[in-house]
Amino acid sequence: MNIHEYQGKRLFREAGVAVLDGRHCTSVNDAVEAYDALGSKVVAVKSQIHAGGRGKGILYSPENRDLVMEGGVKIAFSREEVETYAQKILGNILVTKQTGEEGKLVRHLYVESGCDIAHEYYLAMLVDREEKSVLIMASTEGGMDIEEVAENHPDAIHKVWVDAHAGLMPFQTRNLGASLGLSGASLKSFSKMLPKLYHVFISNDCSMVEINPLVKTSDDQIIALDAKVGFDSNAEFRHNASWDEMRDMSEEEETEIRASEAGLSYVKLDGNIGCLVNGAGLAMATMDVIQLYGGEPANFLDVGGGANEEQVTTAFSIILEDPNVKGILVNIFGGIMRCDIIARGVIAAVENLGLEVPLVVRLAGTNVDQGKEILASSTLNIHPADDLASGAQRIVELIGGVN
Amino acid sequence: MSVWINEDAKVIVQGITGNQGQFHSTKMAEYGTNIVGGCTPGKGGQTVDLGVKEVPVWDSVQDAIVETNADASIVYVPPPFAAGAIMEAAEAFDRIKGEGVIVCITEGIPTLDMVKAVAYVSDRPGVRLIGPNCPGIITPGENGGAKLGIMPGHIHAKGRIGIVSKSGTLTYEAVAQTMSIGEGQSTCIGIGGDPVNGTGFIDCLAAFETDPQTEAIVMIGEIGGTAEEEAAAWAKENVTKPIVGFVAGATAPPGKRMGHAGAIISGGKGTAAEKFAAFEAAGIHIARDPSVIGTVLKQALQESGLL
Repeated sequence: MNIHEYQGKRLFREAGVAVLDGRHCTSVNDAVEAYDALGSKVVAVKSQIHAGGRGKGILYSPENRDLVMEGGVKIAFSREEVETYAQKILGNILVTKQTGEEGKLVRHLYVESGCDIAHEYYLAMLVDREEKSVLIMASTEGGMDIEEVAENHPDAIHKVWVDAHAGLMPFQTRNLGASLGLSGASLKSFSKMLPKLYHVFISNDCSMVEINPLVKTSDDQIIALDAKVGFDSNAEFRHNASWDEMRDMSEEEETEIRASEAGLSYVKLDGNIGCLVNGAGLAMATMDVIQLYGGEPANFLDVGGGANEEQVTTAFSIILEDPNVKGILVNIFGGIMRCDIIARGVIAAVENLGLEVPLVVRLAGTNVDQGKEILASSTLNIHPADDLASGAQRIVELIGGVN
Repeated sequence: MSVWINEDAKVIVQGITGNQGQFHSTKMAEYGTNIVGGCTPGKGGQTVDLGVKEVPVWDSVQDAIVETNADASIVYVPPPFAAGAIMEAAEAFDRIKGEGVIVCITEGIPTLDMVKAVAYVSDRPGVRLIGPNCPGIITPGENGGAKLGIMPGHIHAKGRIGIVSKSGTLTYEAVAQTMSIGEGQSTCIGIGGDPVNGTGFIDCLAAFETDPQTEAIVMIGEIGGTAEEEAAAWAKENVTKPIVGFVAGATAPPGKRMGHAGAIISGGKGTAAEKFAAFEAAGIHIARDPSVIGTVLKQALQESGLL
């Protein structure tokens, strides 16, 4: 789960990580009032969406996709400029390199005081899967795309790994700061900030904290000018109330939310063959094999290890909401889940939903013979398949062949 | 021989009185797994009926190991308490026996809990953790065998193929593929799909390489991280037995989590294409479609003079 910059900065501020004074706004009027309240001559007017690259993004009108403004983050020098920028940002679509072409509707703004920047840095915390520990990465190349920096100047990225038992050690903080070229007051400011940021990461069960840029001001203070914060959804049970309050449902795919409420894992894709599979690995493999035989998967859908008839019906209805779906491949390898139960679930779902597109069902594993018998004895138009490859080939044929 | 878990390994179940714990313990016992007891805090002294037998429950893993001299523990404890359960077992095995295998099936454990638990286990070199978020480990025997997990036992047979995989049902698919060419399995290990886990691909490859029963290996990866690439590079230098490899997620879009917490292409890293390329560079026999794992394995066995 991701949160907005203004929410991330609130977490920073509460933990004592220095940020500039700012206001969260949802209207042009809010933005103008924020400017007055901040009392800063220069302010930044920042689009709040769950995607990076906002500064270099482009705003379009949602009605006719006309270009409204270049740049989703603007520096304003007056009340009037704040008003103009807020008008051009709120209610329009921001397209960045991370949003995809469709972009995201901007509903929130953050108006933030300006500051005198001496240097920009990059700082991130994440879990390093290979080292199995928290990794802190910093670079002197702030404000840049970190993937480009990693590609072109890997030496400019400095890393420390935090020991799970000892926690972040003062020498690690000092060394990381020094590797950024900080000294004196700025190194002191950095060394005070980093343990607090690490505390934010751990106490909120973050999956990522990224600050780009982290800045040194002309008076040697280290300030987080950005806050990209993501939470580990497995830890939701520890943070129910605070995460519910910060969660912005409009940033998430509506069908994905509904699927997850039904205990299903669903991701929409661009193809036309719907997939219903048990197990994440097998669900991915099913998509891959569809493509291998010339089709395009319309979705990833994992019904999990113990799906019941109701979940199977929900899964079908979610797949069928996608108007691109021209056929469905069901691929179940029964373990805990018995094939006879799945077969009955499929028949019930097809009857309830009045399925009109071709359906191929491949069953294997526990009670496979009973499952196949149940499907064969139904009068519904269900095409059986013995293995994944033949199932994929069959559904590709049935929807009219290779793309 | 087999890997880590012998056919007659003595097993305790953590969370044996819960729904999942009791259901799967019954299935494991039916398969022939030598379940010697379980533990649930506060329920010590009770017994649990596993159909084929009744087993005692202890309050702590320590008591259970002292009483039964268990070789392994399997964890069916819910996510909020699972990392604690792993560490309890690690401490008990280390202190009492100096060794032990912990298999954690639980899905949904917070990543930072696993960072802590994995570090705790690593400090106890005799203790091995498999999982979490995995189907478990199975060593098929002549009559039954040792099944520590949720996989359907009946699809397996004793044989010479070692299987290691990040996935559950896709592992069953690989098992079925070996059976389709008349080959059984030495040990099948599900290492799980979480970003931070215990035993990795390299540990499994190393164990298969030294296990005399294992003559060929099937390795199933998926998108996310670089474990497959590292394992491939390691295998190139260290594994003499033929390996067949598949990676799930060639069609997965970047930045989207595909079911498993760890199955995500982030920052352009962890793609199936990179992993397949690493497999190829290491001389691993590639199956682009899991339905051809059997055929590719047969060819690999023939090329190595094993068929």
